[in-house]
Amino acid sequence: MKIAVCIKAVPDTETKIQLAADRQNIDFTGVRFITSPYDEFAIEEALKLKEKHGGETTAFCLGGPEATDVLRDALARGLDSAVHVCDASFVQLDPLSTAKVLAAAIADGGFDIVLCGHQGSGTDNSLVPSMLAELLDWPQANIVVKLEVEGGSFKAEREIEGAHEIVQGSLPAVISAQKGLNEPRYPSIKGVMAARRKEIAQKDAAALGLAGKVGSAQATMKIKEMTMPADRPQGRIIDGDVDTAVKALVQLLRSEAQVV
Amino acid sequence: MTSTVSASEVLPYGEFLTDEHNAIAEMVRDFATREIAPKAAEVDRNARFPVETFKELGKLDLLGLIVPTEYGGAGSDYRSYAIAVEEIGRACGSTGLSYAAHCSLGTNPIKLFGSEAQKKKYLPKLASGEFIGAWALTEPGTGSDASSQKTTARREGDSWVLNGTKQFITNATHADVNIIMAMTDQSLGRKGISSFIVEKGTPGFYVSKVEKKMGMRGSPTASLTMEDCKIPAENIIGEVGEGYKQALTTLEGGRISIGALALGIAQAAFDAALQYAQQREAFGQPIGKFQLIQGYLADMSTQIQAARLLIYHAAWMKDHGKRVTLEGSQGKLYASEIASRVCNLCVQIHGGYGYIEDFPAERFLRDAKLCEIGEGTSEIQRLLIARQLGL
Ligand SMILES: Cc1cc2nc3c(=O)[nH]c(=O)nc-3n(C[C@H](O)[C@H](O)[C@H](O)COP(=O)(O)OP(=O)(O)OC[C@H]3O[C@@H](n4cnc5c(N)ncnc54)[C@H](O)[C@@H]3O)c2cc1C
Repeated sequence: MKIAVCIKAVPDTETKIQLAADRQNIDFTGVRFITSPYDEFAIEEALKLKEKHGGETTAFCLGGPEATDVLRDALARGLDSAVHVCDASFVQLDPLSTAKVLAAAIADGGFDIVLCGHQGSGTDNSLVPSMLAELLDWPQANIVVKLEVEGGSFKAEREIEGAHEIVQGSLPAVISAQKGLNEPRYPSIKGVMAARRKEIAQKDAAALGLAGKVGSAQATMKIKEMTMPADRPQGRIIDGDVDTAVKALVQLLRSEAQVV
Repeated sequence: MTSTVSASEVLPYGEFLTDEHNAIAEMVRDFATREIAPKAAEVDRNARFPVETFKELGKLDLLGLIVPTEYGGAGSDYRSYAIAVEEIGRACGSTGLSYAAHCSLGTNPIKLFGSEAQKKKYLPKLASGEFIGAWALTEPGTGSDASSQKTTARREGDSWVLNGTKQFITNATHADVNIIMAMTDQSLGRKGISSFIVEKGTPGFYVSKVEKKMGMRGSPTASLTMEDCKIPAENIIGEVGEGYKQALTTLEGGRISIGALALGIAQAAFDAALQYAQQREAFGQPIGKFQLIQGYLADMSTQIQAARLLIYHAAWMKDHGKRVTLEGSQGKLYASEIASRVCNLCVQIHGGYGYIEDFPAERFLRDAKLCEIGEGTSEIQRLLIARQLGL
């Protein structure tokens, strides 16, 4: 079985986010990049599928130099090979362009399944997996918490509002992972050491047949402006004996917070 | 003997820490932060050895970090090992101590001095976490003065018969493999000491007293008693009479790890103190705005940085095949003493909250103190350093 995993380098979830001067992105100076947490479930699922069915696993990461570390992390966890998809024209891509680039990188690889995180931590658009499936013209299952693959088909349990839905389809397919799909393993020391010695393949726009076709000029969606969330208002302590305090609290929850 | 290494001999280091070291640091820190740190308060409170953590450390190749690959280890170097101890110690002092004892005391002597058969038999299991290791030199009557120990081993046909009690042995309650120093010829003093492998469950071998400790409470410390404990003749490590010499070499490497452990605890204390100083307000401002508190934090960070350079300098020397008798002792002495100071100031900066269990500050201080005692007290380190100075 040939398994592809799409991973994204995102700012460490501990980062203190600041806006860039043009307010169209965050300020990346000094930011540490990590594998988007949902992608960790995709990596783990790929490793499990390989353990069960045998085969080959490849990580794809579209991004700048920050991609190297997350690809090495994926290799350290046990993926067989890594492809860094990178080009000077691949900047400020919208989700559709990202999906186009990934589809071009994956399409002719003979993959049986593509695993992604269901959303990229930070931008949280949840668009790329579905777009990727459409561009490849493959079936898809999103927000998956359980996956079985047998013969040429898959059975996936997806999280939907208040329930779980079970879908089936044929391979090749695109599956996007939700928390709960598995328990991601930590990379081992041997894995970390071996990952340093592996080659990371590079693919640019020309290699993908995308020269001049994908870039900020072709983007269908542009970020006009980013703003920081409003400061959280100061907490308030409600004084008085329990009866009056509880009454006052409920009153405020109704009138001010409007949550009950 | 020259007293110090001149700067030109060690600087520039070339690559002091490589990309691989940095990747290992990141991997261990991530695991330790997510899986070890959250349990630190509980293992301390209940004096519980987190054996499940050890199984995980085995799976991640951390127990076999410095075990050669042909025996199932990762075959990494001493800088990686110091990094691992520092990061684990930063998350939980107790786990760091048991980890360091397993690696540098319970495993390394077999790697350094064991026979091929012993290496094949024990190293893969010690590296995987199937076995836990302990190393026993100290006795009720003697610690620093190891040459006057009382445990004996006498040859009887195809066996060695051991008698005596070892005390304050890290991991003793859980160890599958115990390296025991014993007198094979009392009349020869330190030259009459040999070392032996005693497996758990050997008749006449048992855990006799589990200590209740001030700190490092999640790392078990116990006595081991041998009463006509018979082990196969091949369980001697190296030759008869080599035990003391082996112990000195073992401790020379071990000291780097205790220094790294002290460093990890000090770093944890500094991180906690810095964060607290920025959040706690008094007289209308964060206490970190007071110059006295700033002075404390400035000193703490400076001392930690100096300790870190000493420790990784010693590890770098060892990785480059140099003796570290001097550097290992200097690193261990300095790191352990500043760790106690840094942890003490961490309590001070926390005020009353530093003195209660709800914050980790008091645990850091209790844990750090051990580093000035174990694997050679500060006084013994000073003696060793003085000897290297030709005194
Ligand atoms: C938590 C813990 C874990 C331990 N783990 C192990 C282990 O795994 N294996 C093991 O074998 N041992 C272990 N030990 C024992 C430890 O190494 C000894 O406690 C230590 O070496 C000191 O020995 P001692 O306790 O007998 O003190 P002593 O040797 O009696 O020393 C008492 C005091 O006298 C000082 N002193 C002694 N000799 C001199 C001198 N010549 N000049 C100046 N001052 C001197 C000492 O520095 C100290 O201050 C452990 C101890 C503890 C507390």
